Amino acid sequence: MAQDTITLEVFRYRPEENFESVFQQYDVPLRKDWVILDALNHIKDEIDGTLTYRWSCRMGVCGSCGMMVNGHPVLTCAAFLEAYRPGPIRIEPLANFPVLRDLVVEMEDFMEKLNRVKPWVIRQEEQPVADGEYLQSPAQLAAYKPYSMCINCMLCYSACPVYGLEPSFIGPAAIALAQRYNLDNRDEGNDTRLEILSEDGGVWECTFVGECSEVCPKSVDPAGAIQRYKVTGAMAWWKSFLMPWGKTPDTARASNV
Amino acid sequence: MSHLPRYQQYRPRRYIRRMPISWWVHKWVHMRFILRELTSVFVAFYAIMLVCYVRAVRLGPEAYAALLDWLETPLSIALHAVAAVMVLFHSISWFRLAPKAAVIRVGGRILPDGLIVGMNIGAWGFFSLVLAWLILAS
Repeated sequence: MAQDTITLEVFRYRPEENFESVFQQYDVPLRKDWVILDALNHIKDEIDGTLTYRWSCRMGVCGSCGMMVNGHPVLTCAAFLEAYRPGPIRIEPLANFPVLRDLVVEMEDFMEKLNRVKPWVIRQEEQPVADGEYLQSPAQLAAYKPYSMCINCMLCYSACPVYGLEPSFIGPAAIALAQRYNLDNRDEGNDTRLEILSEDGGVWECTFVGECSEVCPKSVDPAGAIQRYKVTGAMAWWKSFLMPWGKTPDTARASNV
Repeated sequence: MSHLPRYQQYRPRRYIRRMPISWWVHKWVHMRFILRELTSVFVAFYAIMLVCYVRAVRLGPEAYAALLDWLETPLSIALHAVAAVMVLFHSISWFRLAPKAAVIRVGGRILPDGLIVGMNIGAWGFFSLVLAWLILAS
């Protein structure tokens, strides 16, 4: 007989009741067109309204529904129940983050780090409006476009054992986004970001496990961004060492496009 | 919750999950990473052996002969066999990662990963052959 239900073992943490976590089992219909997020919504609507989790767009754009599924960080809106049959499927909050409640993690640390790398176009001097727009060729766009696809879902932080062991590490997505602006021809903030990314907690914390790129749902390749930035940072250091009288080189774009 | 002061009862109480010391044994990718890092010990072993050769040459023919004798002992042969496998694993795993760090553009196009790995392994093979030729020709 065909399997018509599948069991979800869901991590529960309700601080008002118990400071310990437990796994709670729910049987949900095993429908071909259901993803894990649909199953969680089914639990919330039909079985247990106390279950708490984040979600929004249901189509891999908002980056809200990242969770650990059988130990792997995934977007639950993109993980079909069928792929996990016969089950059970273990659902946990994203690893390496403090849990606030059930499947909801605290993302303050990530937001602070994201802000620290200044992920916006920095200009020394704004071009007058009368001069028109900042021009960009398709090749210049292609130089940073893969890194601009990040949706801040934090799966890469959950996959990164360095971040788990050393929470001061700025982490994969924030560094990839720093590179997104470093490689943008309109940006002039390379030197500012070099100081941030080269200090403690910056790119040199990364030991290149490479899992961040494997789990990224948008193929951003943060591991590649970090390794390339190590080359950039090392070259900048050698230049400042060999030519201490010279201006700090405008690094990333020159060496790493 | 009654043991908490009233003003703290509803503050967020975070649940912190610590990584166990054995975090790397559950997934092959983590195990492979730890192996890659640990095999660097054998790279250091080769470096120390090189220092031993230089020292033996400096101390004269007797010391050099004694070192050669030690190299022929089963312990040394076993150690070198293990070290060779480990350094091979170390080198190949790093060559495979090279394309992540090196983005080389030729004529506006990025060189494919396979070509960068191939060039690294090719250069490794070439220098190994040059070294082998230098040693065997003398």
